[in-house]
Order: sequence, then structure tokens, then C-alpha cells
Amino acid sequence: MSSRGGEGPIHPATPPLSEPSAWHDISLTVNDEQVSAQVESRLLLSDFLRHRLRLTGTHVGCEQGSCGACSVLLDGVVVRSCLALAVQANGRNLRTVEGLAGPDDPLTALQQAFHEQHGMQCGFCTPGFLMSLAGLAEDGGTPSSDEIDEHLTGNFCRCTGYVNIRKAARQAFGLPDPEEPSDG
Amino acid sequence: MKPAPFDYVAARSVEHAVELLAGDTDAKVIAGGQSLMPMLNMRLGRPELVIDIGRLDVLNHVRISESGALLVGAAATQTQLLAHSGVNSGWPLLTTAVSNIGHPQIRNRGTICGSLAHNDPAAELPATAIALDATMHIQSSRGIRTIPAEQMFVGPFMTALAPDDLLIEAEFPLPPAGAGWSFREFATRPGDFATVGVAVQLVRRDGVVADTRIVLFGVGGSATRVHSIEEVLMGSSPSRVENQVRTQLEAELDPADDVHASAGLRQDLAEKLTIEAIAEAWERCA
Repeated sequence: MSSRGGEGPIHPATPPLSEPSAWHDISLTVNDEQVSAQVESRLLLSDFLRHRLRLTGTHVGCEQGSCGACSVLLDGVVVRSCLALAVQANGRNLRTVEGLAGPDDPLTALQQAFHEQHGMQCGFCTPGFLMSLAGLAEDGGTPSSDEIDEHLTGNFCRCTGYVNIRKAARQAFGLPDPEEPSDG
Repeated sequence: MKPAPFDYVAARSVEHAVELLAGDTDAKVIAGGQSLMPMLNMRLGRPELVIDIGRLDVLNHVRISESGALLVGAAATQTQLLAHSGVNSGWPLLTTAVSNIGHPQIRNRGTICGSLAHNDPAAELPATAIALDATMHIQSSRGIRTIPAEQMFVGPFMTALAPDDLLIEAEFPLPPAGAGWSFREFATRPGDFATVGVAVQLVRRDGVVADTRIVLFGVGGSATRVHSIEEVLMGSSPSRVENQVRTQLEAELDPADDVHASAGLRQDLAEKLTIEAIAEAWERCA
């Protein structure tokens, strides 16, 4: 999507109307682009992003709010996209992991930190971690170490044991490495 | 999994929402959806109609009234409550309980009233609302009524709300001057539903307990206020009646075995957490 630029609103194809009484017209902003679509009542926001907009960077792990892989920013606030309906995003501003840096842009400081610290192993959970921390960055200021960890508890990683993820998060916010002994 | 089909209507007003509720016997209300959406995704709930009240500005408030009570509208998120500068100083029991709910990502969308109306037996807010003697403001097409939190929670996932009722606001009175409080829970991991937890409000006067409310959750069908312990504590100091508190808890509670914990573990946790919480609330009394 981010490579289109300036061609007017995006209108993803509408699948066959299986439940004609339960369709809704929605318009929203996704990664700075206008999107208009028809969606079923029951379509999850995560599936709207992945199946209709082909923004497959948003991953779906548990679909019950436990794992955090589907985290996105809704009006700048990090939420689970599997626990929201697409129709509830009508008129709202969404940002997904694709919206952090475009294909030709340099990585954001957050992404760069995950790259340098290798804050991942299989990578399935990574988009969720990035969006949770992007949401924390939206709050402004420098979060405390505890605030970073509290945000990280909302995301599961089943590979790494979180060591490098915590290092990457601290680097991104300019805090000391949690594994290094401190003077204090 | 994906939800079964349903119709969705974004309510235009509270009146519109209760009119829709009155017209469909199989409707569910959604605000933040952090309890309802997992149930829809797992098809544990299959409503015909989902009524969205999350965009109603008239329900989106966390404010302190002229009489000093905290008013939380049905669309206000748990994050909004935690961000309100006056809430933590006046209602530290409430903010501590809310900070134990899920994770920031959940609290950013989850609402106070939604958790109260859902009444998960392991949820923090029903017990906290009873401990703080909160009041539920309820609207339906038949009018507006008010009930104390103690009458709200009748069983697991069951409340005093009729099918056409909408919980529009929770009101938390200012705790008595100098009251102590404690909130303790045991969960396998931070952010998980509690295995067992307890909320305590306690007033000390002349070196003895003058008033207290002790409410456990995760030990039975719904949040459980244990009046018999309160009676043991009244007119005494907690350290003198610790054994009686323990005996009463053994007699009163009857937790069930489930996949998360055995009945015996829940009973042990309930006793330990309650004794600790009473001592902590006592120490916090001004």
C-alpha cells in the first residue's frame, strides 16, 4: 500500500455478499492512506487488514487477545486487532507494522534496535512487539524500565526468552542494557 | 476461530441503545470488547445483534462529582481511569485493582463498566466495586434505576442486569476518611486472570476495626463478600483474631477444582492473601 501514493482512496474488492443484512460501509485511514470498504459485521479488524488490505505484517496468533501478535495502533493507542471489529475502525486512524517505515525508507530507531540486538528468533511475534513499543513511544517522553517491561508483558515470544527483546527495547528508548551490571 | 454471523449497530444515543436492547432478546452490548470479543471468536456467545456504545461521548467520562464521588461512564476505558489525576489519590484500591487487569494493550480498550457487566468470576473489578461500596446506574426503555454493587453480581457471568438493561455508569463513593485498603491477587503470570484475589477496605478507630469490607474473587461463582470475617474483626485488632479469620474462611469458602488450580490451592491462597491484605489495610489506616 505504501508504494501507491496519491492515487486516491483504496477500495479493496468486496467478497460475495453472504450476509446481506450485516454489511457496513466504512472509511478509515490506514498507514496515512484513505481506505473505503464494505465489511461484514463479524469481520475482525485483524482479518480486514490481512485478507482485504493484504497487510500481512499484522500476525494472528491466538485470536483471543492473549498473544499480542496482532497489535496495531488505533488513533495512536496500541490495541489487539483480533479483539476489535473492522466496522469499529470506521473513521479511525490505523497504523500497522507496515506503516512504521516504508520499503524505501530507513528503519525507525525501534526497528533498527531490534535489528542490531537481534530481538527476535522466528520473527512471528515481532510485529506485535514493535507496535506495542511504538504505542509506548506515542505516549511521549522516555518511559521507565518498568514501563517498558509492563508493555512487553502484553506480547508473547515463544522462542527467545525475551533477553534480546528487552535489550532492543531499552536501546530504542535510550536506556541502559538490562543485562549489564549497573553502578547503582 | 471467527465469530458466528450477527448484525451490528453503532448506537446513536443511550436511548437508541436501550431501544435496540428492548427490541432484540438476543442482543449483546459492546464497548471495548475485551471480554465479549474473545467469547464471540470462540463462539461461546452467538448473539443476533451487537450494539456498540463505545462511541457515545455521553458515556465517555471519568470525573469526580460535586459530592466527591467518582463517576465512570460505560465507554470509559481502564487506561482513561488510570490516567485521571484525581483517581489514584482518592481511590488507590481501584487503581491498583485496574492495573492488575490484563496488559496495557487490553486496558487501552477494555472498559470499567464492561468488566462489571461481564462479571467473570476471576475478574478484579466486581470484588473491588463491592469493597468500595460502589453503585451501578442502569438504564432501560423502562427508565433509570440504581443498585448497590453488592446486589449486582449474582453468579458466574451473571448480574442483576435484565436482558434489556444497559449499565451506563459506575459510581464509587469517596472512601471513609483515613480508611486503609489492600488489593492482593495471585496469578500464574502478570496480567493473567487471578487464581484467587481479595479486596479490602478497613477503617480503624481507637485502636480497633470500626468498619470493613472484605471481598474475595476466584473462590466461587462470583465475587464473595465474607461478612463473617468482618464481624470477627469489628471491635478488635487484626493480629488478635488471625486464627478466627482463618477458621471462618475454612468454614465459609468452598472453592472448586478446575484446570487452573485445585480447590485446596485456592483455599490456601484465599487464607494467605486475606490475612496479608487485612494486615496491610490496617497498616495503611491514617
